[in-house]
Amino acid sequence: MAQVLPALDGDSVPEGLDEHDLLELYRRMVLLRVFDERAVVYHRQGRIGTYALFWNHEAIQVGASYALRDSDWIFPSYRESAIGLVRGLPPATVLQWWRGHPSGWWSPAEWNLGSICVPIATHVPHAAGLAWGKKLHGEDVVAMVFFGDGATSEGAFHEGVNLAAVMEAPLVLVCNNNQWAISTLIEAVHYRATPHATADNPRLYIDLERVEQERERECLGRFERYLRRLRVVDDDVVERTRRAAEDAMRAAIAAAEAEPRPDPELVFRHAYADPPPNLRDG
Amino acid sequence: MAELSLVEAVNDALHTELARDGSVLVLGEDVGRAGGVFRATAGLQQRFGRDRCVDTPLAEAGFLGAAVGLCMAGWRPVCEMQYDAFSYPCLDQLITHVGRYRWRTRGRMDFPITIRMPYGGGVRAPELHEDSPEAYYVHTPGIKVAVPATPADAKGLLSAAIRDPDPVVVFEPKLHYRAPRGEVPAGEHVVPLGRGRVARVGDDVTLLAYGAMVAVCERAAEAADASCEVVDIRSLRPLDEEAILGSVAKTGRVVIVHEAPRTAGFGAELAALVAEKAMLDLRAPVVRVTGYDVPFPHWQIEDAYLPSVERVLAAVDRVAAY
Repeated sequence: MAQVLPALDGDSVPEGLDEHDLLELYRRMVLLRVFDERAVVYHRQGRIGTYALFWNHEAIQVGASYALRDSDWIFPSYRESAIGLVRGLPPATVLQWWRGHPSGWWSPAEWNLGSICVPIATHVPHAAGLAWGKKLHGEDVVAMVFFGDGATSEGAFHEGVNLAAVMEAPLVLVCNNNQWAISTLIEAVHYRATPHATADNPRLYIDLERVEQERERECLGRFERYLRRLRVVDDDVVERTRRAAEDAMRAAIAAAEAEPRPDPELVFRHAYADPPPNLRDG
Repeated sequence: MAELSLVEAVNDALHTELARDGSVLVLGEDVGRAGGVFRATAGLQQRFGRDRCVDTPLAEAGFLGAAVGLCMAGWRPVCEMQYDAFSYPCLDQLITHVGRYRWRTRGRMDFPITIRMPYGGGVRAPELHEDSPEAYYVHTPGIKVAVPATPADAKGLLSAAIRDPDPVVVFEPKLHYRAPRGEVPAGEHVVPLGRGRVARVGDDVTLLAYGAMVAVCERAAEAADASCEVVDIRSLRPLDEEAILGSVAKTGRVVIVHEAPRTAGFGAELAALVAEKAMLDLRAPVVRVTGYDVPFPHWQIEDAYLPSVERVLAAVDRVAAY
């Protein structure tokens, strides 16, 4: 990926990528960008709950996952809640997660995609174990785990990395260094120019001028300008790609809201394969 | 049948289950080349190889978290925590993931993890080597808990735990790791979870216990004037309510014994169960004999902390005289 950044300011196509790849990368970034923009709108409308924005993180998520095969596994944090979209996970499913509906929890086995991990860094050992376990079976599978800069302060991060190194497990660790662990400044690769989540008020800790500068350099705009210079996209392609993503989101929120409210019975189901008899005592 | 110690029975279970099911994988600190600090995993790495009995880095949270990933990759991990209190770093992974992941997937993925550890006191060890942490585990939704008191049950319950599709934690009473020996069935031997065992039949007082406290209750029952029935709980979750309530219906008097500290210990759960479901059978208050609400003491005075035969007899007298 370090190869691509300088190329975005020039006119050449990076080695190993062709026009088809560039268009597909663009389509995926637009899909994620529109998901994120719509999610913020739905939150303000009260149609989804507290939501963790990933605006301007699309390049990292799309770029890193583009190198994977379908058989490789992804372990997302909540910042990568919608990364499954690049694999065809329905956006309605991710919206349901943020709506607190049980159908938002996909089966990892179905998408080779771990559940959204809320407790910071605790999914790093999961990814290490999956990569190690696949290697033990002789399967050619890589695990890619996404986490933020703040996660590198957690013990679980270090334990997972160490274990993967000791077992020589094929684990790829993607540190999304957006310079913020909610409100603690850490050193950087890019800059989170939006709140940590919809419940966060960044005016308490940010430098507004810096935010404005970063917003002008945001990744989707840069990529689009680059593709235009290469004549890979034009106004027509840009508009059609955007519209397809918006149509997908419209259909997604409709599907999510059309799903019936969960049956309270679900409280008792699925905690055990073989439940103890007294589960309903309370 | 063979006469084995409890830890030999654990070893026997592991050999049997690893031979039976190629997806079973043992992992933990010093379990492989060294065969475990208590020899519980002796011979496994030599027989099944370094990929089936794995020496992990010193990282309980790390390797329990890795066990979650191993399950996703199709393995059936059996994690050893070297000592009871050394398991505490893994509680984050246990509570936030091990007990929840199946539920997150709405039943579409299983996480058949077994955690086993030596637990309990009376062995003259430094701090954090003699704890009784079962309450933290049984309180965690999605987790099952078993506590054997005999060598045969150590093999049987561990085998059941390994075969269970759900995460199961097995607490092995280290005080009895090497003695007494007991008869242990050879070959495959499974004691299903959710079944208690009447260790001694009696009519006047029910003694409910698990782990090393079963033997303490048996000695108290021998010495008591009252006729005491000793019920070995064996499985904290799922709990054999029928066996417990059946005994209470017969005697009407209950004494609960555990090493763990009193407040919010598993004895409180048993007392609440009896009070709710056997109120009209009771002829005396439910009494608990437990560790105190203090850190496990320096071992020179551990005998003053652990439930003793004398303290159990005092409780028996109290409920019998009511």
